[in-house]
Amino acid sequence: MSASPDTAASPVMTLDELREEFEFLGNWEDQCEFLIDVGMDLPKLPAEDKNEQTRVHGCQSLVWLTVDEADGRLKISAESDAMIVNGLIAVLLATFDRQTPEDALAVDVEEVFSSLGLDEHLSSARKSGLSGMVQRIRGEAARLRVEDAE
Amino acid sequence: MNHDATLTTSQASGGRQPSESNSRTPHAPGADAPGSPTPPPPTPLDVDAIRAQFPILCKPLPNGKTLTYLDSGATAQKPTVVLDAMRDCFETYYSNVHRGKSTLGRLVTKAVEASREDCRRFLNAADVSEILFTAGTTAGLNLVAQTWGRANICEGDVIATTVLEHHANLVPWQMLAKETGAELRFLPLTDDGRVDMDRVDEALTDRCKLLAITACSNVLGTLPDVKALCDAARAVGAVSVVDAAQFVPHRRTDVRAWGCDFLVFGAHKLYGPTGVGVLYGKRELLDAMPPWQGGGNMISRVFADRSEWAEPPAKFEAGTPPIGEIVGLGAAVRWVEDLGWEALEAHDRELAAYLLERLEEVPGLTVYGPAANERAALASFTVDGAAAEDLNFLLDKRGIAVRHGHHCTMPLHDLLGVPATTRASLGVYNRAADVDELIEALLAARIRLRLA
Ligand SMILES: Cc1ncc(COP(=O)(O)O)c(C=O)c1O
Repeated sequence: MSASPDTAASPVMTLDELREEFEFLGNWEDQCEFLIDVGMDLPKLPAEDKNEQTRVHGCQSLVWLTVDEADGRLKISAESDAMIVNGLIAVLLATFDRQTPEDALAVDVEEVFSSLGLDEHLSSARKSGLSGMVQRIRGEAARLRVEDAE
Repeated sequence: MNHDATLTTSQASGGRQPSESNSRTPHAPGADAPGSPTPPPPTPLDVDAIRAQFPILCKPLPNGKTLTYLDSGATAQKPTVVLDAMRDCFETYYSNVHRGKSTLGRLVTKAVEASREDCRRFLNAADVSEILFTAGTTAGLNLVAQTWGRANICEGDVIATTVLEHHANLVPWQMLAKETGAELRFLPLTDDGRVDMDRVDEALTDRCKLLAITACSNVLGTLPDVKALCDAARAVGAVSVVDAAQFVPHRRTDVRAWGCDFLVFGAHKLYGPTGVGVLYGKRELLDAMPPWQGGGNMISRVFADRSEWAEPPAKFEAGTPPIGEIVGLGAAVRWVEDLGWEALEAHDRELAAYLLERLEEVPGLTVYGPAANERAALASFTVDGAAAEDLNFLLDKRGIAVRHGHHCTMPLHDLLGVPATTRASLGVYNRAADVDELIEALLAARIRLRLA
């Protein structure tokens, strides 16, 4: 594995780090295993944050997701009972976490997913689960942007 | 029981005499009083020879892995005889059926009607006119609901069924109940997912007009006592509809021994093609009930403003049927009969026992449903700490095909208290070695998921 020590130290990798790792691994099989490992090492949500409000529907498995703001940046936490989904959560965190609400809303997620080969390799059920999470993050980002403006 | 000894060395299973394996038991109508001849000792299936007849089992998957197919409950693979029969139809005598008197028309009509006779014999129905070709199990159940149901179910009537049912044997009855003001009632189950035969009268009241029951649960493998249930339905004046979609590949079906009024199955879980199935209906009922879809073939005379119906089965077969698929269905039925039911059922029982025994070795694994001797060779389970989705993913990577989810039985999963299960469902081509693969993969999955 080529994950550099500083990446390993931070639970959430950046999109650039993720892209670099994907390029190094080269094939989907290994990339998928890598995502699963990263997903498994993500911090878990506190039990009180796993409730009907934070639940993201539309996934085959259970997913909970919270979005807070610290220093003008999004603080996203999410967890699923399925390791596969946790791997996808790792991608979402790399894409959206620690962004300002404006930047998060400006991200072209389609481009991110296709550059990582996700659109090609994910089943439609999983893609719709993924887009449910993206919608939740975007909705929260839009809400926070409005609050910031007030 | 030492399943290891009998199954892992299945070809050598001692004590059973090889008997003539190619004897299709002829079921001349009325000529087979139940229980007259003593059945011959079971013929062990030559599973290796069977596997060799399934092209898909003999080649590697696109990812290079060998396929371990444990998803026959979703759909079964197809043997060469079925593929060849369909190909032969399309290549040598294909044309439209029952239309005109051409050479090809005669040949194709003969082939389709031969398949109907194969299905009659397969179900032990009294007459070929009781065998209707449909688009599949779902279509057959909807046909009964929309024709017999609409003509006979009234406000306040009870439609009895169970929470074991596949959505295909539940939703059409819900729709009918809504339309007519009838009430759906569910036969109570025992804790292990069998129909509680001591409490059938809770749903089979004298208001009950129809009982819709599966002959084999696609999730639990449960094999309800269909005969007793049909008897109980008849005793209160209710018509019985049996969903045999999962049952037909596992056990011999006999509509006259059961005394059911309607029975449905599809070809694709019986090693035949998709897009075709059979609805069996007692002739008196078929005569009395209105047709479903209107169109060609189902009429005897059409006037500009009205029509007169053809006799069954044509009355319920509007339009051009799936011709090649009907031919494939006949081939599948003959192929299964030629394996011999005694051997096939014995194989199924051994696999069920071995599957359940070995699943017990996986820590944290729960199998839902009855004991092995009360079920067909399939099992749905959960593993503590492992999402069904992840198990499916990890098994799939090894070339093991199972199914995960609610398997079109959401009410049953509500009862089980789990959103999803993983199901391994076995067929004639499965061996103890396939179960071994599954167990090894489940143990490895637990390690990957950091549960072990
Ligand atoms: C018990 C049962 N009934 C009905 C069906 C529906 O069959 P089809 O989708 O082929 O019409 C299935 C298929 O999964 C089944 O298992």
